[in-house]
Amino acid sequence: MKIDTNCQNTWCPGCGNFGILQSLKQAVDVLNKKGIGRENIVLTAGIGCHAKIVDYLNLNSFYGLHGRGIAVAQGIKLGNPKLKVIALAGDGDAYNEGISHLIHAAKRNIDLTILIHNNRTFALTAGQFTATSPRGFKGASSPEGNIESSFNPLKLMLVSGASFIARAYAAKSDHLRDLIVRAVEHQGFSFIDILQPCVSFFNNYQFYNQKIYEAEEKNLESEKAALQKIEEWEYEDGEAAKIPLGLFYQVRKPVYGG
Amino acid sequence: MVNDYSILIGGEAGQGSRRAGLIIGKLFSELGYRIFIYDDYQSLIRGGHNFSQIRASNQEVLSSRRKIDFLLALDKNTFNQHQKDLDKNGIVIYDDEKVSFSTRFTKDRKMRFVGLPLKTIVQQAGGAPIMENIALVAGFAKVIGVGWPVLARILKKEFKKWPDLNLKVAETGFKGAPKLVRLRKGTNRKSLTLLTGNQAVCLGAVKAGLIFYFAYPMTPATGILHYFAKKEKEFGVKTIQMENEIGVINAALGAAYAGARTMVGTSGGGFALMTEALSLAVQSEIPMLIVESQRTGPATGVPTYTAQGDLSFVLSAGHGDILKFVIAPGDARQAYFWAGKSLNLAWQCQTPVVLLIDKQVSESTFDFDFGVLNKIKIEKPLIWDRKGEYQRYQNTKNGISPLAFPGDKRAVVKATSYEHDEFGLGVEDEKNVALMQNKRLRKFELMKRQTECLPAVEVYGKKNSSKAVIVWGSTVGPAREAAVQMGFKVIQPVIIQPWPEKQIRRALKGVKRTVLVEASATGQLADVLDRYSIKIDPHTKNPGVGVDRKVLKYDGRPFLPEEIKEKLDSI
Repeated sequence: MKIDTNCQNTWCPGCGNFGILQSLKQAVDVLNKKGIGRENIVLTAGIGCHAKIVDYLNLNSFYGLHGRGIAVAQGIKLGNPKLKVIALAGDGDAYNEGISHLIHAAKRNIDLTILIHNNRTFALTAGQFTATSPRGFKGASSPEGNIESSFNPLKLMLVSGASFIARAYAAKSDHLRDLIVRAVEHQGFSFIDILQPCVSFFNNYQFYNQKIYEAEEKNLESEKAALQKIEEWEYEDGEAAKIPLGLFYQVRKPVYGG
Repeated sequence: MVNDYSILIGGEAGQGSRRAGLIIGKLFSELGYRIFIYDDYQSLIRGGHNFSQIRASNQEVLSSRRKIDFLLALDKNTFNQHQKDLDKNGIVIYDDEKVSFSTRFTKDRKMRFVGLPLKTIVQQAGGAPIMENIALVAGFAKVIGVGWPVLARILKKEFKKWPDLNLKVAETGFKGAPKLVRLRKGTNRKSLTLLTGNQAVCLGAVKAGLIFYFAYPMTPATGILHYFAKKEKEFGVKTIQMENEIGVINAALGAAYAGARTMVGTSGGGFALMTEALSLAVQSEIPMLIVESQRTGPATGVPTYTAQGDLSFVLSAGHGDILKFVIAPGDARQAYFWAGKSLNLAWQCQTPVVLLIDKQVSESTFDFDFGVLNKIKIEKPLIWDRKGEYQRYQNTKNGISPLAFPGDKRAVVKATSYEHDEFGLGVEDEKNVALMQNKRLRKFELMKRQTECLPAVEVYGKKNSSKAVIVWGSTVGPAREAAVQMGFKVIQPVIIQPWPEKQIRRALKGVKRTVLVEASATGQLADVLDRYSIKIDPHTKNPGVGVDRKVLKYDGRPFLPEEIKEKLDSI
């Protein structure tokens, strides 16, 4: 069976999600070659533009409620530990509506892969601010500019107990593919925040293209080193700093239910 | 009353009155009595007033009664609060180092007073202060003429921790008490086990193949979580505590999607948090058993007290066009049977089932005949035959689509909260939207037919009576006891959604007057009866209105048979 469904793709032309879809498909191919059969891969999604991805793929999937996909993913993993569960979520999903599930899943260090399609706006509801929208972000619900600061999800994951923390960029497809493969292979809670430009409501391709760089992987077991990389950029717009990409932190520790 | 005893033991939280009450229950069970224990406690850890009320009878008993024959007081407050209910020939056994009565007080009364120096007894035996409850139980056993070997046998079984010390405390207490009455032996010869309604729910679900229990602690459903956690190895049920009730039900749906029989449990507030995912269970057609044990609301309400006030909410819970099973057992035997049946129904119909109980069912102790265990077995759901392309939402005649689970090489299993096509991909076009709504409607019809094939309505008492009490859940126990004596027919709808219309109409044949008895402030089952335009008395001013009279109680305490009898007397 081909991996694409016949479902019509309704993302905006140029949407960052296309890059993520491509990376995920390639990662599934790589995993297949490494002996993880397609039947043993399950995707979960919340609600938002990111979630349409499961309709485009001929893979097992659970298209859940807004914010709750990570809770569903944990149940699936517990229900059948042989399955490789990849939880796809948006920033609105994981950092706003369902943040409790994200934190507790990390705390448990349950063996899941979390991919956050972080476009830093509620796109499917037409452009409101989310937890990772920068201060001053002008959206339908903040015409004068967002009066909240963004928070740094990687920092949150570090203190919550995630054992694999990475950042990727939707437009760097091969880099993301490789990270996904490593995240799935990691024993424990793996988390990748994917910067995903939204062409309709927060088109920051140019900003990212100028700012991102691939950070060197070293001292992966050091919280201090990880924090240093994580704090280079605090998800605001006016920062002079560069935005590091790559794997920042990876440790082995007891896995929930394992 | 002969051979129907009522014993109340009370004290502060932390004095162990509940444990003592349970031992008294076991003692009477051993003596051949049927048992019911009501536990009354407050939302605190130390202090306050807790009590257990044990009813021991030659007949099956499903509620306490008002009059107390033996009042066992670990503190003064217990006596003060309950003396009004003490039978005039009753016996008070109390801690005479904490409680004192003037001679004039005791002389004026026919009731007898037995003081025991509990602290001294425990000290003499070298025990810990918590063992005062055991000293009191032992003293009580002596007062009612139980032989030491019988008591010793029960205590040996009871105490895995420090058996010798507990036995020594008991023996000292036993020796120090007088023998005042001689209890007749009970007539029950069956070997019965005492367990709570929560434990019965667990056993029923285990028998029907439960694999997972997900929960967040909430009284009065917490006992289920504790029992499963304690018996995890024995039952093989993986017990998972999540971050909140929303996490609970979503994770549970994930596990069920992966193929494991799963249950969640909570009370009204937690159920409120679960309702979005309840709708998801209907849309994604994932089997789910949800136990909702009601307590006194609204909001936080009175956390450790009972009520039947969540009925309307549970019946209408879930957004969109939904039908689910709502099943309300009223005692441990029913809780066992319907927990098992509900799990099977959830998997056969790929639907959520709400098992609606309350504090009175959950935390009261019943005697349970293990002979009923074989009434529940795993009933197989419809599984995909692995031919052709798998379609999770195949448009079948009766609305049930075969199940497959992720991990199957031949199937792609897609579950979704969106409206979807047969394969499980999101759709928005009118043809496909209506197609799936119609598929679910056919399934709802199947659920209605299933309901009529099950014992959805129980009828007790005088079958051809023209007067009927309609009652559900835990109130059935006391209502039965009162109404049957008075020549009423008693009708208990156990399945409340889908409404068992045919069975109810059959039960109501020849009935001219009906009374609803419900532990709520508004009498919520009446709304259900109204909806089905059940005409009962063509001569009433209000033809079509479900009940002629509502007998309600909403102070957090369960009905007593005497109260219902008084109300029915005036009708």
